[in-house]
Amino acid sequence: MSSPRTAKTTTSDLGPLPTASARSNDRWLKLAAPFLVGIIFLGGWEAAVRIMAIPPYILPTPSRIIETLVSDWPTLAASLRITLAITFSALAAAVVVGGALAILFTQFKWVELALFPYAVILQVTPIVAIAPLIIIWVNDTNLSLLICAWIVAFFPILSNTILGLNSADHNLRNLFELYGATRWQTLRYLRLPAALPYFLAGLKISGGLALIGAVVAEFVAGTGGTASGLAYRILEAQYQLKIPRMFAALTLISLAGVAIFLATSIIAHRLLHRWHESAIKREN
Amino acid sequence: MREASAPSLAPVDPLIRLSGVSKTFSTGTRAVEAVDLDLMPGEFLSILGPSGCGKSTLLRMIAGLGAPTGGEIQWASGHGGGSRYGTRDLGFVFQDPTLMPWANALDNVALPLILEGAAKREAQAAARDKLALVGLAGFESAYPRELSGGMKMRVSIARGLVTEPSLLLMDEPFAALDEITRHRLNHDLLNVWRDVGFTAVFVTHSVFESVFLSQRIVVMAARPGRIVSTLDVGAPYPRDEMFRTSSSYASLCRQASDQLKTAMGG
Ligand SMILES: Nc1ncnc2c1ncn2[C@@H]1O[C@H](COP(=O)(O)OP(=O)(O)O)[C@@H](O)[C@H]1O
Ligand SMILES: [Mg+2]
Repeated sequence: MSSPRTAKTTTSDLGPLPTASARSNDRWLKLAAPFLVGIIFLGGWEAAVRIMAIPPYILPTPSRIIETLVSDWPTLAASLRITLAITFSALAAAVVVGGALAILFTQFKWVELALFPYAVILQVTPIVAIAPLIIIWVNDTNLSLLICAWIVAFFPILSNTILGLNSADHNLRNLFELYGATRWQTLRYLRLPAALPYFLAGLKISGGLALIGAVVAEFVAGTGGTASGLAYRILEAQYQLKIPRMFAALTLISLAGVAIFLATSIIAHRLLHRWHESAIKREN
Repeated sequence: MREASAPSLAPVDPLIRLSGVSKTFSTGTRAVEAVDLDLMPGEFLSILGPSGCGKSTLLRMIAGLGAPTGGEIQWASGHGGGSRYGTRDLGFVFQDPTLMPWANALDNVALPLILEGAAKREAQAAARDKLALVGLAGFESAYPRELSGGMKMRVSIARGLVTEPSLLLMDEPFAALDEITRHRLNHDLLNVWRDVGFTAVFVTHSVFESVFLSQRIVVMAARPGRIVSTLDVGAPYPRDEMFRTSSSYASLCRQASDQLKTAMGG
């Protein structure tokens, strides 16, 4: 029980209970504050649109958007499913390819020297510029969208995991050497666990990027064919001047992004909370 | 003089013999120069010297981390080639606890055995024993960040002992700890050493620590790093707080301190 903490919670020095309730207060604030901001923002929006009598094809009210979400749900939900399927497949491919390449690069320096520049080129070339080519080359629309989303998503995982694999403590490496650890043992017991926090940080970024990649690529493709994702719904609604529907699709994309961010954050916390500084609550 | 204080050492072959061991780094630093030293089986030896005099470099060479650029390090037959699984017959305790933050105390201590190819169950059983030996029974599932500095050092020592090596090398293991914790760990380390009977080489820059712990103190000087004198500490074990406050301890500390001053050139 350090003194700074005692000073902060004067009457609560007797046991874990007050600390626990302080922590749950904290959590409430974390949920309530953004929620409140959201309510105020949406309320202001609704009021402004009504008072100024802005027509719905310029800016619909939030309530109108929600109505549209409900009435158009069957179409929108189908599109959401497609966009999410592309996003998650791309993210999974990014994890597998990015992770495997990172391991390969750190195990064989010459592979890294030979291939890393191309990974960078892939990363810095704007996806909107490559997407049309990929869509021409790959016959299957969904597959070409997946490839585009993958290109955007895989670099953060690759570069973060490489950084993590190389960040294992110097003395620990000496220790492994001392006990004659094989390359595989050093990878398994030292470098991979040391890389985990870095990998997860990369995953958080890539989750959002995979969604952006999936949406942008579909915008570029401009055609959905039989099965269309949310980006196509936005384009379609725009042509037909169904602006509330456009906003509804946009809302779904945002919500999906938030959900992906939350999910990756929770995964990271679950895996790291016992040992890594980033996931530890300091009590002073 | 040495025969008088440690007669049992005389007829025995050394566990390790260093002859003319030198290390010059590529930067040109002569970190260790022409060190001759015999490590006798079961002895407690301290290497005392100011920082930068090559203590760590010497210890690391004994461990096989970085080859000498001159001279030879010979192990008595049946040791150097290694333990059961073919690695070196020694444990190493770094200045920092150097624990894996993602593994609990038990898995940290079990690591050397796992690396030597032991089965997990067997390794964990041995690790449990060693944690108990260093006074950490009940802390098996604690993660390093949940342990105090002294406890982390205990885990590190337990890990050094888990392969039951003939030699335990320690590089200023308690330098970062507060005085009370350090005294307790000195005391407990001696008990473990007497129980288990390994050869201990303990690097320190503390005169008091070296006298309290060891049978023999090797004093080193810097630029180039070399051994300048050796001091025998004849006091019997067990050594406790009585010894720490005795007049013989005080006079030994004065001697060691004088030698260290000479070594530092003043
Ligand atoms: N890897 C290295 N490369 C170059 N110089 C080194 C290296 N390690 C240690 N030294 C130098 O060797 C000398 C002895 O270092 P060290 O053995 O760490 O001393 P001590 O442990 O007694 O403080 C110092 O001058 C240090 O700067
Ligand atoms: Mg040192």
